[in-house]
Amino acid sequence: MTSLSGSRFAVLGSVLLGLAIFAIAAARAEIALEQRRSSYEHMSRDTKAMQDDDLTNPAMLSVLDGEALWNAKAGASGKSCADCHGDAKASMTGLAARYPAYDDVTGRPVNIEQRINLSRERDQKAAPFRYESAELLALTAYTALQSRGQPIAPPEDGRLAPFREKGKALFEQRIGQLNLSCAQCHDDNWGKSLAGNTIPQAHPTGYPIYRLEWQSVGSLQRRLRNCMTGVRAEPYAFGALEYVELELFLMWRARGMTMESPGVRP
Amino acid sequence: MATSARTLINVPPKAKRGDVILIRSLISHVMENGFRIDNTGKPIPRNIITAMVCTYNGVEIFNATLHPAISANPFLTFYTVATESGTIAFKWTGDNGFEAKASAQITVE
Repeated sequence: MTSLSGSRFAVLGSVLLGLAIFAIAAARAEIALEQRRSSYEHMSRDTKAMQDDDLTNPAMLSVLDGEALWNAKAGASGKSCADCHGDAKASMTGLAARYPAYDDVTGRPVNIEQRINLSRERDQKAAPFRYESAELLALTAYTALQSRGQPIAPPEDGRLAPFREKGKALFEQRIGQLNLSCAQCHDDNWGKSLAGNTIPQAHPTGYPIYRLEWQSVGSLQRRLRNCMTGVRAEPYAFGALEYVELELFLMWRARGMTMESPGVRP
Repeated sequence: MATSARTLINVPPKAKRGDVILIRSLISHVMENGFRIDNTGKPIPRNIITAMVCTYNGVEIFNATLHPAISANPFLTFYTVATESGTIAFKWTGDNGFEAKASAQITVE
């Protein structure tokens, strides 16, 4: 008798467990395409106004630096970016909307910062810029500005697929002492509050961004590092492949959304 | 970067005499407040813009004193009355001999 009721409880228990797993699986679903929104939507009116006007957006100061660098001769080649690529307003249109892209020589995906540095090394014969240096951010901001208003369009390149899959896995991987994944906040709990802030969906629509907290322009990589230290995980080194894999997945996740670069974020 | 600060200023190119016009200015500057320490524990010396002066055909129409609590890349905006055609000039000065200038033309009809 006792053993019978015991097995009944076991059956009931496993059904409940099954339901619980189903509920978690349902909650873990990706955000529906029509429900996606840029972090811009969660910002205050003042911060939105700051981004909306190129005269109040401090990232535009970095863009001015970037324009100067674009036209400045560099390295042993004595060539500027403009000497090969011409007017960035024409040649760089849509580039930021489709990056990261596959680099044939290194056989890995590269983001815009890395692409700029590869061009400096290979074509200009110049030293690469340091990650998060004012120069690299300026050139990235100037390049990304040329895609503003365009839909994010990840390339249909089969070679990128395994890296994008790895990025998805990283997005869903629990990390750090807090044992949280990106997805647990940004897929499952966006729109809710984390301390005083609204949890955004984490779409990379405005990078490089001027972040008020930073008092400066910063890259997506820097933003990812912020979240990693936030959950008390050890961030990857600057330039690590993992960041590019995450970026590939994030850009695919934000496909079709409008580029805002350079954005302003709180 | 002290000598190559980027500025963005906005003055309406045309106005009617007597119009109240909006003037806006943005300048790149770290505005390091002097209270922070670097990752080795050394204090980071103060480096801020301390003053901004705006002149309209050589006559001062606005000035501001800036302090350490002001954020990086200070944005200053104010109104003035369009009196005559000419130049509206801005000058920022600060720590370590910082100086930056910018100007814009206005036509008053």
